Amino acid sequence: MKKYRLHLMICGGTGCQSQDSNEIIQALRSELQKKGYEDEVQVVKTGCFGFCEKGPIIKVHPDNVFYIEVKPQDAERIVAEHVIKGRIVKELLYEEPTYHEKVEHQGDMSFYKKQLRIALRNCGLINPENIEEYIAVDGYLALGKVLTEMKPKEVIELMKESGLRGRGGGGFPTGRKWELTAQNESKLKFIICNADEGDPGAFMDRSILEGDPHSVLEAMAIAGYAIGAEKGYIYIRAEYPLAIHRLNIAIEQARKYGLLGKNLFDSGFNFDIELKYGAGAFVCGEETALINSVEGGRGEPNAKPPFPAEIGLWNEPTCVNNVETFANIPPIILKGSEWFGKIGTENSKGTKVFALAGKVNNVGLVEVPMGVSLKDIIYEIGGGIRNDKKLKAVQTGGPSGGCIPADKLDIPIDYDSLKSIGSMMGSGGMIVMDEDDCMVNISKFYLEFTEEESCGKCTPCRIGNKRLHEILERITMGEGTIEDLDRLVVLGEMIKDSSLCGLGQTSPNPVLSTLEYFHEEYNQHVVHKHCPSGVCKALKKYQISEEKCVGCTACAKVCPVDCISGEPKKRHVIDPKICIKCGACFEACRFNAVVRP
Amino acid sequence: MQHTKLQKKNDRQQVLAGEKYEALQQFIDQLEEKEGALIHVLHKGQEIFGYLPRDVQLYIARALGLSGAKVYGVVSFYNYFTDKPRGEKLINICTGTACFVKGANLLMEELEEKLKIKAGGTTEDGKYTLNAVRCVGACGLAPVVMVDDKVYGRVKPGELEEILNQH
Amino acid sequence: MKSLEELKKIRERALKNVDIRRSEDGSGIKLLIGMGTCGIAAGARETLNAIMEELQVQDVHDVFIVQTGCMGHCHAEPMVQIDAPGEAPIIYGHVTPDVGRQIIIKHILEGELLEDHLFTKTHHRI
Repeated sequence: MKKYRLHLMICGGTGCQSQDSNEIIQALRSELQKKGYEDEVQVVKTGCFGFCEKGPIIKVHPDNVFYIEVKPQDAERIVAEHVIKGRIVKELLYEEPTYHEKVEHQGDMSFYKKQLRIALRNCGLINPENIEEYIAVDGYLALGKVLTEMKPKEVIELMKESGLRGRGGGGFPTGRKWELTAQNESKLKFIICNADEGDPGAFMDRSILEGDPHSVLEAMAIAGYAIGAEKGYIYIRAEYPLAIHRLNIAIEQARKYGLLGKNLFDSGFNFDIELKYGAGAFVCGEETALINSVEGGRGEPNAKPPFPAEIGLWNEPTCVNNVETFANIPPIILKGSEWFGKIGTENSKGTKVFALAGKVNNVGLVEVPMGVSLKDIIYEIGGGIRNDKKLKAVQTGGPSGGCIPADKLDIPIDYDSLKSIGSMMGSGGMIVMDEDDCMVNISKFYLEFTEEESCGKCTPCRIGNKRLHEILERITMGEGTIEDLDRLVVLGEMIKDSSLCGLGQTSPNPVLSTLEYFHEEYNQHVVHKHCPSGVCKALKKYQISEEKCVGCTACAKVCPVDCISGEPKKRHVIDPKICIKCGACFEACRFNAVVRP
Repeated sequence: MQHTKLQKKNDRQQVLAGEKYEALQQFIDQLEEKEGALIHVLHKGQEIFGYLPRDVQLYIARALGLSGAKVYGVVSFYNYFTDKPRGEKLINICTGTACFVKGANLLMEELEEKLKIKAGGTTEDGKYTLNAVRCVGACGLAPVVMVDDKVYGRVKPGELEEILNQH
Repeated sequence: MKSLEELKKIRERALKNVDIRRSEDGSGIKLLIGMGTCGIAAGARETLNAIMEELQVQDVHDVFIVQTGCMGHCHAEPMVQIDAPGEAPIIYGHVTPDVGRQIIIKHILEGELLEDHLFTKTHHRI
């Protein structure tokens, strides 16, 4: 086989695919063929590079050039210039927003500089649909090592020493979980991979499954060996068709290569994996609910204990781990617990993947060592706040987490620090909010979510969250009272104390944390009937400032209901009776004369 | 005359439905284990029929040896399953947090007004079904609107008209 | 899969197809070929192909071929520059396909300079 001298890696993650990355691949292939270079250049569809903000991404090896926002029609240019003449297409390079310089290499981009990729190590590096590429980057070596050189107990010991904690939200030590499941004697045991990523604004598990599915399969087999299970299930959202497709290919290939199935590495150990589809229920991220759903029933949680480690799937001992947790395991086995232990902080070892989104310049998937500050993630990696606005809060942990105010950005990211300020690590969603976001409205958004997603089993969660939502609704409509704020706290604490599962125990967090850090904003809503960020429609008012208005008529032109009157070059006035508070005039005014008092 | 025409149409529909049931039955027959397969079968059922009407639910219940109540309990529990028919085109507006802070709710309001339906509803002519979906994971493109499989990113309220016109 | 050795064999085979993606870590030798209009006109493409072939024949995997634009000495094209980690770059001029092969065999594998084809031993940028 002839060796390719150039590899064009094109991101095939969901984000880039929805921006025509498949068409780019086709265009590149046909262009290469037209020019007679198809034997010299390999076009590879990879997993997510993480820099979703500027997708679709193309990375060129071995020159290490990183192209962004590529369109199918750019294929011709890339082939004619880069492939044939070795000239970099400057227009497609990334430009650092802070010092306006084009950057050629991925490693030089500030987005990647502070990152350390363990779980995402192969995303963007290999073709996820080709098992040999995974094997080339040490894939299945960890499984081979475990099966030929280690006893199950030693594997568990190694995991315990590494200090790896579950990446799905709870942060329970993985080695300990394996040990508990291993201790329970039973002929049948199960490994389940929790790929029911339901947090709104989180997509790291999906990216791992799309970009490096084999790492999860390998780790599940290792876990199976450690606890004595021969069967694994991946419980995955049906809304992730691409991840399902890649997993199916990966499982089939692994079976063909004898890396899943009977008597792996001639050790007598059998292991196989099956997919189970979720059907859109947030509560199924909770492990007992997930098990009920794998069994084909309603995904309602059970009381713990008994833990799944004792009585799990089909009443047998079961170990449930999250996708990202699994992705960390092969490198730990190969490089050792000491190597892993050096990364991160005292009680939170290793790295964490975050889905950075919201009002930040570089939206994308980032993996950083634990202990890095929020500030570094948002300003260094994320490139700061969009449109030079002011950062107001960062939400971590999704509907179970809380909002961290701007003055607490120096806090290091780890399980315990985040908990101490009323938020949590969660699965890794990180939403940045700026001065235009209303915190009351944000907590209402999350409550709307939990109200709908509550399975209904426990009264405090089913009815309590509905009441919380109703109170917040009242406040945003301008009908709230100061007593409502106390009610939110009392009710919130009560729901946390009396709910059965993680959903109810954490659902009031968004309300409680915003109440603590943004109390003044709540006060403004209930006392002055005013929404400072101008989001809550019912409380919005628009006026035109007498000093600033120059009478340019821009506002009157865009007003959809013609409620702005005034002669050209004279001050304009908004008629509040007709105004529908759409904000078009606010956006249109170039003199900041339209104000939200 | 009118009567026979209608009769023919009904017959044809029944044949079509029959084929669908056959496909479903085939799928169930090839399952290795029927225990725990309910959600899997419901996914297939929805794929074949487009939705899960009462008859299909009962059919599945019988085929798997479950009660109709159990099947309905599962169908109504999960967001993904629906027992109402969908319009020709499915419009999904992502309501994940990233899209929310970038104005997904404004898009929803505008479409609700434009199509004269609420989220979850289908237009009278059966052309569009409008849904709010959980995070589709394309947060880099927020706010996101999907029409069937086509994803539109960074959508502004004014652009919705044009998007609808394309479908 | 019966043994670790079997896996390692597949790994070695597969590595050959993806090793150029590891160019980032700074190890390995970079071999730059001038592919400006002048270079291509002087036959740089044939040279490039010959070098690629020879690398494969000799089973060399830590050399990364990078195309570059005109190197500023159009009269001496095709030109090849060799950047080994920690060493000064060495430039050859008038590299025909045959000389290209010799560069791999002599320079890369045996560490001998091809004195007759040297353009300049090192170059300095001001």
